[in-house]
Amino acid sequence: MKYVVLIYSNPATWETMPAAERDRVLGIHNRLIDELTKSGEMLRVDGLGHPSNTKTVRVREGSQVVTDGPFSEAKEQLAGVWALDVDSIERAIEVSAPIAEYDTVEIRPLMDLSGLEM
Amino acid sequence: MTADTEIDDLLRGLAPQVLGALIRRYGRFEDGEDAVQEALIAAAVQWPAQGIPDNPRGWLITVASRRLTDELRGETARRRREETVASLAAPDEPSAPAPDDDATADRDDTLKLLLLCCHPALSPASQIALTLRAVGGLTTDQIARAFLVPEATMAQRISRAKQTIRSAGTRFTLPPEGERAERLRAVLHVLYLIFNEGYTATSGPDLQRVELSAEAIRLARDLNRLLPDDGEVAGLLALMLLTDARRPARTREDGSLVPLAEQDRTRWNHDVIREGVALITATLASAAVGPYQLQAAIAAVHDEAATADETDWQQIVILYDLLAVIAPNPMVTLNQAVAISMVRGPAAGLESLEKLDRDGRLAGHHRLDAVRAHLLEMAGDVVAAQAGYRSAARRTTSLPEQRYLESRAARLEPGDGSSDR
Repeated sequence: MKYVVLIYSNPATWETMPAAERDRVLGIHNRLIDELTKSGEMLRVDGLGHPSNTKTVRVREGSQVVTDGPFSEAKEQLAGVWALDVDSIERAIEVSAPIAEYDTVEIRPLMDLSGLEM
Repeated sequence: MTADTEIDDLLRGLAPQVLGALIRRYGRFEDGEDAVQEALIAAAVQWPAQGIPDNPRGWLITVASRRLTDELRGETARRRREETVASLAAPDEPSAPAPDDDATADRDDTLKLLLLCCHPALSPASQIALTLRAVGGLTTDQIARAFLVPEATMAQRISRAKQTIRSAGTRFTLPPEGERAERLRAVLHVLYLIFNEGYTATSGPDLQRVELSAEAIRLARDLNRLLPDDGEVAGLLALMLLTDARRPARTREDGSLVPLAEQDRTRWNHDVIREGVALITATLASAAVGPYQLQAAIAAVHDEAATADETDWQQIVILYDLLAVIAPNPMVTLNQAVAISMVRGPAAGLESLEKLDRDGRLAGHHRLDAVRAHLLEMAGDVVAAQAGYRSAARRTTSLPEQRYLESRAARLEPGDGSSDR
């Protein structure tokens, strides 16, 4: 089963975090990425730029409006995306939990082009 | 093109034999497997230009042995293990083609390899990857494309699987009699998963993509030749044939799904159906019955009906009743409910779904919602049926299934004249 793990993060949390704590938490991220890559479960890892670098684009009644900053005004913004291929949702939760100490992790299944007739 | 396909088929058939011969000589599955891959790739490059050698099997064993001994020499030199280098440098057989007392050994090797690749210490995804490479002779790139994952990911999966096998201390021998049946079940399950991965694909033929259902059928045929008296092996092969035969009719050109009841049965592959029916008929008459045989028998009843209305549902109910006794699981109960509703009406079918509600394992599964919606539609409860289809459509992670379920819900929209099919 393929899932994306959407990692939502409050940039302020990370800016004010003591260096040692930051290193510890990033160490957990790196260890997990390494483990999941070696086990053949990690399909892709992406880190996103700071939310202030976001452009939000809308086309309404034919005219394009581009604004600076993210669409959502929430404090926690999308900061990273993993794509996993794992045996079960339980496994996806198990490997995502260690990075949810400060961040919030959302796991969503990827839609598949395969299907069974009924 | 044809010559290349011929070479490809030849190579893939020889792959497990060559690997088996190497493991018997050098005793190392993981290194032997790499060496065989390299030899297969060398052959795929050289043979089309230079012609197929007189003894293709011997050629592959020679090339793979050379790769392996080079590899082992380098490794042992690094580790300064002088005593092993002597024995590794002088394989007990020269690189001349192996004599053909190997026919029996080849048969055993393929079986041993299948059992090794489906070792219980491995995850299903790893079992599948390793089986396709070591026994199927596919390259990592081909396997990766078939499963729509990056090649690097698949390479990691295979390499991790080989490490796991090494650390489990697995030997290249048949498991003890007492374990063999259970280990063989794991092999059958892996072949079944490979088949389904190929069968459920809805996109058109992709030249870049290996056809996994054909690959699974090929491996099941090999296994059936090795173990002709095993009813479940024959049952699995028959199930694959009887299912695959319907493939031309199960999707429309745009990739949308056609339910069994609406398929154009003239498009089914009737030669394959005949083969599958003959196989399952002979097997049921001679072997101890098992779940794959029963599923094949159910598929045969569907395939033998010229129209959906002529389906012998009574027979299907009996077969599901048996299946529910010997291999009970919620999916069996679900399919049983459909069959019951076709014989005794939708109310009886809905009643048997209540068992699944209490059981809870299928709670929230889109197929439970979809079947319930279908039975409610049969019962004339349009509102509940529509809600059921919509719920199933939200829950499935398959785009074609979602599209189908949404179309069923839309047909029940009040005032839509197309709902009375």
